[in-house]
Amino acid sequence: MKYLDEYRDARIALSLAEDIAQSAVRPWVLMEICGGQTHTIMRYGIDELLPKGVELVHGPGCPVCVTPLETIDKAVALASRPEVILVSYGDMLRVPGSRSDLFGARAMGADVRVAYSPTEAVKIARSNPARKVVFLAIGFETTAPANAMAAWQARREDLNNFSMLVSHVLVPPAIRALMTSENNRVQGFIAPGHVCTVMGCRQYEELVRDFGVPIVVGGFEPVDLLAAILALVKQLEAGEAKLENQYVRSVSFQGNLPAQQIMAEVFEVGDQNWRGIGMIPRSGLHLREEYAAFDADRIFQLSELTVDEPTECISAQVLQGLCKPTDCPAFGLRCTPENPLGAPMVSTEGACAAYYRYRRYAPAREETECGPTIPSLR
Amino acid sequence: MRAHNSIAALICPTPLPAKDAVVLGHGSGGKLSAELIRDVFLRSLNNPVLNRLDDQAIVKIGGSRLAFTTDSFVVKPLFFPGGDIGSLAVHGTVNDLAMGGATPLFLSAAFIIEEGFSINQLRRVVDSMHGAAEAAGVEIVTGDTKVVEKGKGDELFVTTTGIGIVPEDLILSADRARPGDKVLLSGSIAEHGIAILAQREGLEFETAIQSDSAALNALVADMLLASREIRCMRDPTRGGVSSTLNEIAQQSSVGIELEETSIPVREEVRGACELLGLDPLYVANEGKLIAIVAPDAAEDVVRAMRRNPIGAAARIIGMVREDNPGTVTMRTPLGTTRIVDMLAGDQLPRIC
Repeated sequence: MKYLDEYRDARIALSLAEDIAQSAVRPWVLMEICGGQTHTIMRYGIDELLPKGVELVHGPGCPVCVTPLETIDKAVALASRPEVILVSYGDMLRVPGSRSDLFGARAMGADVRVAYSPTEAVKIARSNPARKVVFLAIGFETTAPANAMAAWQARREDLNNFSMLVSHVLVPPAIRALMTSENNRVQGFIAPGHVCTVMGCRQYEELVRDFGVPIVVGGFEPVDLLAAILALVKQLEAGEAKLENQYVRSVSFQGNLPAQQIMAEVFEVGDQNWRGIGMIPRSGLHLREEYAAFDADRIFQLSELTVDEPTECISAQVLQGLCKPTDCPAFGLRCTPENPLGAPMVSTEGACAAYYRYRRYAPAREETECGPTIPSLR
Repeated sequence: MRAHNSIAALICPTPLPAKDAVVLGHGSGGKLSAELIRDVFLRSLNNPVLNRLDDQAIVKIGGSRLAFTTDSFVVKPLFFPGGDIGSLAVHGTVNDLAMGGATPLFLSAAFIIEEGFSINQLRRVVDSMHGAAEAAGVEIVTGDTKVVEKGKGDELFVTTTGIGIVPEDLILSADRARPGDKVLLSGSIAEHGIAILAQREGLEFETAIQSDSAALNALVADMLLASREIRCMRDPTRGGVSSTLNEIAQQSSVGIELEETSIPVREEVRGACELLGLDPLYVANEGKLIAIVAPDAAEDVVRAMRRNPIGAAARIIGMVREDNPGTVTMRTPLGTTRIVDMLAGDQLPRIC
């Protein structure tokens, strides 16, 4: 398959791994931001190919994982109303809320439908004028343009039975939060290629400047990731901090301007709560005042739901790259994809799910400062 | 609201309440299905034949060993590229018998029809069943029809039950895999699941991908002629190749190691899976089989399979090992190893 097979080529991948081993003299901690990248690393065992000193930690870039519990609870509550059709991306259905997930709500009679595109939700609204259609609009900058387009279409058509429950998050403020966290260990970032396809590279240049941290925009195939790791290691060893773009086949410096335009028209930047991380200032997208009529939060007057949660789940530390999923005492025992304690075990892009799925057999463990132990990467 | 750097006060999600209602994942063929079978069905119905959890029961009546199986079909849409609910209902039951080494002989067919369903469409389904049965060399000799009120069913559900004869000395079962055995696959995977998904409402996705729905009994007969050193056969339907191999690994208490590069997936199926974020190893097949074969016999069996058009792309995709019992692993193209897990429920399309 063109644009895929060459980036999965074992010969190229192994030669990049060799170059990394040659280049890495000192130990480095690198973070891949995006859950899609985490998935590839686990699926292909990229970390097994790295020299001992180069450690990959997994970032908060799984949209399913960081969607706040309150949003899930609101979605479940909305879905349970007889007049509502709740439309969502597939992997949101299994994310545990405080009492139920959307699959559970569906089993109890709620009308919950899976869509591949938010404009499908608009179509459902058009063909069900007597029902209220709510789209669960979550994600990073990648899903934001399409979600914005759905709201824009609905407004243009004056669809009065369509609304969105919005929980949108932005990558650069999250990197900023990680860099200013007192526990930060990350020395270089692989920026999320698809987010940058939409948003371009400018914001990452600012992060490089503000924190003196090297950032390489990376893709999602093994060769992409190894090339990005090599670029980071070379910069770190040379004492440099620059922005590099490894994913040039998709990412331009400007990004996708029409996509940015529709986002800006529909959404405005605001404070956002991240599940597992907490509130990050100006890290979310909210519907603008002009779109208030399409904002499920305002239409249905959903009250703020606050829930006490048990302390066993360490998704907070996992999402900040402070711990590995296998550091969690519940991992694979009390927390599995069938009975997830936390969102990173739910989505295929969640770090815990990726470890559970691809890495459970790893027997050797070594000490880290995080928790008791993590599995040996070699 | 909490500050992002006060780690002690961070949110931690709560456990799900115990599942007290059936969810769709219980029908996925993954871990939830296995739990349902164990906690509800085996708990009450438990007996030595059922407890084997093979695709078919093998019972002795008089001097004969009979294979006996049943399967319900609720596929949507009823007509899809490469087949329909009628042919699928015949192939599914014929294949479940064939996986036990049986020669399928007779089928029953039961229809649950929703009020208002078109007689013409029903005719098409039944004609298709007739065609599939004739091609597979079985007869549908008894049946039942029930009509439910509009809204109380989804157009048409079909249940088929089948019986066949198993040779006296032949025992195929998922608990017979031994270290050193080879894992054989009869052809490229994931075609049925992707063909159905591409047709589903809401997915604007045009492909030429056809379901692989087919009867496997002739292929099985060819394989058994080539060698009796076949330990077990399974058709990887719901849950795909990964669920089937996990079941074999668990029931035989062995490890199974696959070679990723040796698993055939057609280009357009691979493309569809990439686009939808699905792993072909978990996508359903309806005309493929997996066989665990003794090492010395494996090449002979593969050759025999390749002479049959349905097995033309047959190949060895891995081997049975002593280590990691109960676990399926895969050597990636990069030479690293990963787990091939059994999914909890259905695969969910990824958000981005």
